[in-house]
Amino acid sequence: MVFEWDLIVRYGPTLLQGLWMTMWIVFLAVVIAIVLGLPLALALVSRSAVVRISVRVYVEVMRGTPILIVLFILYYGGPSMGLVLDAVPAGIIGMGLYGAAYFAEIFRSGLQSIPPGQVEAARMLGLTKSQVLFRVKGPQMLSLIIPPGANQVVILIKESALLSIITVPELTKITAQIVAETFAIVEPYVAIALLYWALIELVSRLFRKLETLVRHGQ
Amino acid sequence: MFIAKGCISLDFSALNSGALEALGKGALVTATISGVSILLGVVVGLGLAFMLLARNAIIASCANLYRSFWRGTPLLVQLFIVFYFLPKVGIDVPPFVAAVIALTMNTAAFQAEIYRAGLQAIPSGQVEAARVLGIGIWSIRRHILIPQMFRLVLPALTNEIISILKNSSLVSIIAVTELMRTGQQIASASFRPLETYLIVGLIYVVMNSCLSWIGARVENHLLRSEGRTYGV
Repeated sequence: MVFEWDLIVRYGPTLLQGLWMTMWIVFLAVVIAIVLGLPLALALVSRSAVVRISVRVYVEVMRGTPILIVLFILYYGGPSMGLVLDAVPAGIIGMGLYGAAYFAEIFRSGLQSIPPGQVEAARMLGLTKSQVLFRVKGPQMLSLIIPPGANQVVILIKESALLSIITVPELTKITAQIVAETFAIVEPYVAIALLYWALIELVSRLFRKLETLVRHGQ
Repeated sequence: MFIAKGCISLDFSALNSGALEALGKGALVTATISGVSILLGVVVGLGLAFMLLARNAIIASCANLYRSFWRGTPLLVQLFIVFYFLPKVGIDVPPFVAAVIALTMNTAAFQAEIYRAGLQAIPSGQVEAARVLGIGIWSIRRHILIPQMFRLVLPALTNEIISILKNSSLVSIIAVTELMRTGQQIASASFRPLETYLIVGLIYVVMNSCLSWIGARVENHLLRSEGRTYGV
C-alpha cells in the first residue's frame, strides 16, 4: 500500500472548503445552543414545577438520544410535521437543539454554584433580577463554565461529521465525494482526520487562552 | 428553504408487531456492540492510563498521542478508517467486528483519560507505603489502585457508557443492522420516518435512562459499603 500524497495536494483546496463549511455550521449551531441554553438553564432552576419538569424532560430526552436520530427526525420526519427544511438549516438547527440541552446543564451547574447569599445581598441592595444575572452571577459563572463549554464545542465539531449523512456538504461529505471520484480511500480519510484533529486542538487552545484571560480579569 | 404548515398527524399503524420485533432485535445488537466495546475498552483503557502515568517519557508520549488522536477526531471518520483500512492491509473483517474495533479504540481513549484522573486522585502516600511494605507494583495496581479508582470514576464511567451506546448508532453507516439501521429500514419501507425515528429515539432514551439508573444504584451501593468498611 502506497500513500499517495499528490492526491491530497490535488484535492487540498476542496478539503479546505469543506473545513470552512464545517466551521461555519458548528459556529452557528453553538450560537443557537448558547442562546437557547441560557433560558433553558434558568427554567431548570425555576420555582415553577411545571416549567422545571418540562424542561428537564426536554434535556434528558435530548441527552439520551443519538444526535443522528434528532437529525433524522428533523430532516426526514420534518415534512410530515409540515416542516420542510433544506439539509444545511436542518443540520444547524438539529445540532443547535441538541447542543442546547448540554449547554443548559452546563449553565445550570454554573448558576447553582453561586452562593444564594450573594443573590440575596444583591437584591437587598436594589439590583433588579436581570442585573443580578448579568452583573453578579454571569461574571462568576464564566470561569466555571468555560472548560465544560469548550468540551461541548469540541464534541459538536466532531458530531458535525454526522451531517454528511443528511447530505450537508461539509468536510466529511466532501471527502466521501472525493473517495467516490478517485477510489482512494485511506488518503482522504487520514487527511480529514488530521484536519479535524488540528481544528479541535486549535479550538481547545483558544478556549484555554480565554479561560486564563477570564481568570486574570477577575 | 422553510415551510411550516402547522399540522402534525402521527400515524403509528406502520409500526406493527413485526416492526417492533425487528426494533427489539436491533436494540439487542446495539446493546451487544456497545457492551463488548465498553468491556474491551476497560482493558485497553486501563493499560493506556498506566502508560499515560508512566515515568518513561516515550511510553507516556505514545499513549498521549493515541489519546489525542482518538479523542480529537470524529467517530464517523474513525469508523471509515478502520472499516476501509483493514481490508487494504489484507485483514478482512465483517462490519460487526470493524464496528467493535472502532468503538473500542475510541472508548479506550476516553476511558484512559477517566482512569488517569481517578488514579491521580488516590493519595501517593498509599503507593509509597505499599512499596515500603514490599508489595510488587502489579499487586499495588491490582489490589490497591484499581479498586479505589473504579469507585472514584463511576459517574464519569456511566457517562462514557451512555455516550458509547448513543455513538453506536453510527455503525449503521457501515451496514451493521443494529437499532438505528433497523429504524432506517422500517422508515424507508413504511414511508413513515417521523413515527419510526420517534420510536427509535424513545428506545435509546429508555436504554440510557436504565443505564444511568443502574449507575446511580451502584454508586449508592459502593458509598454505603465504603461507609461500612471504614466504620463511618
